[in-house]
Amino acid sequence: MKLKGKVHKFGANIDTDVIIPARYLNLSEATELAKHCMEGINPQFISRVKPRDIIVATTNFGCGSSREHAPLAIKACGISCIIAKSFARIFFRNAINIGLPLLECDEAAEGTETGDIVEIDLAIGEIKNLTKNKIFVAKPYPDFMRELISSGGLIEYTKRKLKREA
Amino acid sequence: MTLAEKILATHSDKGKAIPGEFINVWVDLVLANDITAPLAIKEFQRLGVNKVFNPDRIVMVPDHFCPNKDILSAEQTKEMREFARKHRLIYFEVGRMGIEHVLLPEQGLVLPGEVVVGADSHTCTYGALGAFATGMGSTDIAVAMATGEIWMKVPPTMKFVYYGKLGKWVDGKDLILYTIGDIGVDGALYSVMEFAGEVIDTLPLDGRFTIANMAIEAGAKAGIFKVDRKALDYIRDRARREYKVYKSDKDAEYAKVVEYDASKITPQVALPSLPSNTKPVTEIGKIEVDQVVIGSCTNGRLSDLRIAAKILKGRKVHPEVRCIIIPGSQEIYLKALQEGLLEIFVKAEAVVSTPTCGPCLGGHMGVLASGERCLATTNRNFVGRMGSPQSEVYLSSPAVAVATAVLGRIASPDEIMGQSVE
Repeated sequence: MKLKGKVHKFGANIDTDVIIPARYLNLSEATELAKHCMEGINPQFISRVKPRDIIVATTNFGCGSSREHAPLAIKACGISCIIAKSFARIFFRNAINIGLPLLECDEAAEGTETGDIVEIDLAIGEIKNLTKNKIFVAKPYPDFMRELISSGGLIEYTKRKLKREA
Repeated sequence: MTLAEKILATHSDKGKAIPGEFINVWVDLVLANDITAPLAIKEFQRLGVNKVFNPDRIVMVPDHFCPNKDILSAEQTKEMREFARKHRLIYFEVGRMGIEHVLLPEQGLVLPGEVVVGADSHTCTYGALGAFATGMGSTDIAVAMATGEIWMKVPPTMKFVYYGKLGKWVDGKDLILYTIGDIGVDGALYSVMEFAGEVIDTLPLDGRFTIANMAIEAGAKAGIFKVDRKALDYIRDRARREYKVYKSDKDAEYAKVVEYDASKITPQVALPSLPSNTKPVTEIGKIEVDQVVIGSCTNGRLSDLRIAAKILKGRKVHPEVRCIIIPGSQEIYLKALQEGLLEIFVKAEAVVSTPTCGPCLGGHMGVLASGERCLATTNRNFVGRMGSPQSEVYLSSPAVAVATAVLGRIASPDEIMGQSVE
C-alpha cells in the first residue's frame, strides 16, 4: 500500500496526555476525539491537518497512558502513518491493533521537516521524502506483525482465528 | 530464565519464552475501567462472540471519572456497569470500589505467578506481588475478554539492584523517581524491570507497589519483584485462588544490570514535564504551589496516609494551598478513619475525598487552572496532565508532599519536623 502526504513534525516523548487530554476521555467516538487531537501540544494542529498527512517524531512517541483514544484520534483526523525513531509499547500495540500504520526509522525522523511531502510504500517500508529528494528504509515488521496488519487489525485477525478454530 | 520469562513460558502454548519472540499468552485476569471499558466493549461486540472467556476472571472498576463527574462519564460508566451485569463479571460499585491498582491486590484478585492484562497503563503495579502484569489498549482487552488469550512479544529483563540503607524520609517513590531520572522515560522501553537487592528485601509491600506502578514511566512492559515472606504475608488472607511462586534462576540472563547505592538517594522531586526530570528536594529552590494531592494508584495506600498524618498532626495546610487527600480504597478509607488519620487531615484543613483517580489525570476533584502549580504523589507530570496546559505538575513522595502543603512551597519534611507544633 502506498501513502502520500504532508509531514507534521514533532519531537521526543510525545505523550498520550498531549495527544488527547484526559478531559476528553468521556468521549468514545473517534470523530469526536479527533477534534482535540494534539491539543495539548499544538492547538493549531487540527485546523492544519489534512487527510493522508503523516506525523513524524523522534523517540518514545505515545508514551504514558494505555488510552486507545490516542491512536484513534490521530487516525480519525486523517493521519495515514506515523514515522518515529521509537514508539512507546502500548501505543505501538494500540496503533497496529486499530490499523494505523507505524514505521520506525531514525534517518527519516532526522531528515524530515514539517511541510515536506513524503511517500511511503508500506509493503517494503520505503519512505521517500519528495521535498528533500531522499529515500529512507524503515525497520521491517516481524512476520507476526505483518500478518496482523494485513488482516486489518487485531479484531479482524482474531475473527479469522476464531473461525478457523470453530 | 528470569521470573518474568518463567511466568510467560508457563502461560504460553510454546511452553517457553525467549526474549524477542512472539507468543500467545493465556491470561489469569483481565481488567478495564470506566474510560477504557466502553471502547473495549465496542470492540468485543465487533468480534461477534456473545460470551466472555470466564466471567470470574474479568474485573471492571469505575474509578477514573467516578463517582461520575458529568453526564458523558455517567453514560460511559452505565455502559460498563450494564455489560458487567449482563456477563456477570466482577464489578466494584461506587462505595465498594477503590482505585483499581490499589483495590485488586487488596481483594486478592492478582496473585504471584499470574499473567494480568489491564486496559490501564498502571496495571504493571501488580508486579509487586510477583505477577506478570501489563497495560494494554481497549482492543487488546476486548480480545482477552473474549478468548482469554493475548499476543505478546517476550520482553528482555533489566535488573535494578538497590543496596545500602534508606535514608530518612526516603521511600519507594524516591527510589523509582531516582531510577527513572537516571535511565529516562524510555530507559526500559519494551523491557521488564526486575527490582532486587537488600533495600527491596526490607521495603514494605506498599513501597513495592509504588515502584512497580511507575515502571511504565520508564517505558517498561512490566515491573516485577521476587515473592518473599512479606509478599506472602500480604497475600495469605486475601488470595481468592491458588497461585504458584516462581523466581529468577541464579544464572538468568539479564539485558542489563543496574546497581544503585540507595544510601545516597535523598527525597526526590520530578519537575515538569517528564517523570525523569528529577532532582533532590533540597536542590529545588523556592517553588510555591497552589495545590497538593496525596493519593492515586502510586501513593494512595495506608502507609502513605500514615506518613502524611504523622507530619500533618497538629499543623495546618498553608492558607494559600489546597491539599487534597484521597485514600486509594474503601478498606484504606475505613482504616484511616479508625486510626484517626482522617481527623488529623480535616483538622489540618485538607480535603479528604472518596477513592478516585480524579485529579491525577485532570478528570475531577482538583483540576488545575492556567498558571497553577501542583505537587502530587501521582505518577505523571506531562503538559496538561492535571488540567490546563498552562499548569504545572511536580511529583514526589507523600512525605515531601505534606511538608509542601504545610509550607506552601516544595519542601523537605526535615524543614518542619523537629519544630514544635501548636
